[in-house]
Amino acid sequence: MSNIVFSVIARDLKLAMRRQADIVSALFFFIIVVSLFPLGIGPELDLLRQLAPGVLWVAALLATMLSLPRLFADDHRDGTLEQLALSPHPLGLVVTGKVIAHWLVSGLPLALIAPVLGIQFDLSGEALLVLTGAILLGTPALSGIGAIGAALTLGLRGGGVLLSLLVLPLYIPVLIFGAGAVDATVSGLGGEGHLSLLAAMTIAAIGFAPWASAAALKIALE
Amino acid sequence: MNDRFNLYRFSSPATFYPLAGKMIPWFIAAGTLLGLVGLYIGMLVAPTDFQQGEGYRIIFIHVPTSWMSMFIYLVMAFWAAIGLAFNTRLSGMMAQALAPTGALMAFLSLWTGALWGKPMWGTWWVWDARLTSELILLFLYIGYMALVAAIDDARRADKAGGILLLVGVVNIPIIYFSVKWWNTLHQGSSVNLTKSSMAEIMLWGMLLMALAFWMYSIAVALARVRTIILERECHTDWVRAELTGGKS
Amino acid sequence: MIHWNSFSDFLAMGGYGLYVWGSFGVTALIMVIEPIAVARQRKTTIARLKRQLRAESRSTEA
Repeated sequence: MSNIVFSVIARDLKLAMRRQADIVSALFFFIIVVSLFPLGIGPELDLLRQLAPGVLWVAALLATMLSLPRLFADDHRDGTLEQLALSPHPLGLVVTGKVIAHWLVSGLPLALIAPVLGIQFDLSGEALLVLTGAILLGTPALSGIGAIGAALTLGLRGGGVLLSLLVLPLYIPVLIFGAGAVDATVSGLGGEGHLSLLAAMTIAAIGFAPWASAAALKIALE
Repeated sequence: MNDRFNLYRFSSPATFYPLAGKMIPWFIAAGTLLGLVGLYIGMLVAPTDFQQGEGYRIIFIHVPTSWMSMFIYLVMAFWAAIGLAFNTRLSGMMAQALAPTGALMAFLSLWTGALWGKPMWGTWWVWDARLTSELILLFLYIGYMALVAAIDDARRADKAGGILLLVGVVNIPIIYFSVKWWNTLHQGSSVNLTKSSMAEIMLWGMLLMALAFWMYSIAVALARVRTIILERECHTDWVRAELTGGKS
Repeated sequence: MIHWNSFSDFLAMGGYGLYVWGSFGVTALIMVIEPIAVARQRKTTIARLKRQLRAESRSTEA
């Protein structure tokens, strides 16, 4: 059973490596958006330190949204998606592989860059650590939930914006606990509760979202 | 209770169309009656609130519209589940017919919430858990309507919208819980929009208004679904007969 | 039974008149506009479908 998941991951990673520009531009989008906030708010470090977790998380959400349409659209365009749907392998497992691959090239880089950007906001070392951990824990859920939206909007006009409209409300719990974990750490209350909830959300999302996604794909491919 | 065979008959658009048409006047009548009594109690009879003065009377709209906005979403999700499980056309049409009314209820809840908050707490908006959840619910409604509008094929729209509704309904408790946690962390005092102790007559007024809004929503949704049925089934004989019969 | 002493008291709503009537007013407005919009949509749809029917029957005759 895990064979199909791993082969899909391997395939998607190989394809992603051929188009590294996509990955890098999403990353730069993240960097630019995060840098916009101080420009809009002002250079006062106390204020920026307070806003940092929320700003970084919102930017991470938006950067993830940018890369979501690619999840199924490329395969759909050249017919691979139909073949995958017709294959004897459960489509849910195929989607699970795609979601994990998507996280590896979108969520993981975000988590690695975030602490560097956090320094711009004068976050403490402990806060940066928790921030990285939170983004690492939460972004798989973003990929999972995002896959549902990408499947529902497959091939539709106004795709990217419509996708954001559908998915961003569903991202809100991840945002609340992801940013909340850092806030709690900074205020001394400890972010363990938030991080555990984030972990639970990610596990639930990776467990269930691919199957909702697969159902949506079958509808879109009919 | 009717035997099951009878109920399944009405899942056919052709049978449901005239039934809906006959039911609408009854729901209008019920809604009007309940609304008049509710308004009489709420606006003319109920006493002034000790803490909030006369401004509290907004709850006779705010609470019913909040309840309806959530209830309608649940009903839409229910029809989505039925439609996906049994592949019925009418379920999808019913969900689409309910959506605009539900969205308007959510909007009214937010609007009246703001008008209530301004004199009470000095701001047009407070990020309390229930108002924030209501805002997110409005986003969910708009997302559903946007998705359905973007899909040309009616059956795909039904099913895709159905999946979105089921995903949404599962997420609503999660979203509400997260927002509640977020709110208690960031706001020291708990802003209570519903009174903990309310005079019995105020509760009656609220209940009657809620029922009135419910009857209204059903009437509007039934009217809307009739138009959707005509459009979707326009190639069938019975719709052609209906159209050429000259009835409007 | 009636709580108010005069009609102007009723309108003033103890100083909250703007907010209370702003709420009830917009609600009433929406509950008038929505049914009208639904009725209008129904008329437009029926007219369009009738036109389509006529066009189809004409083309099958021809």
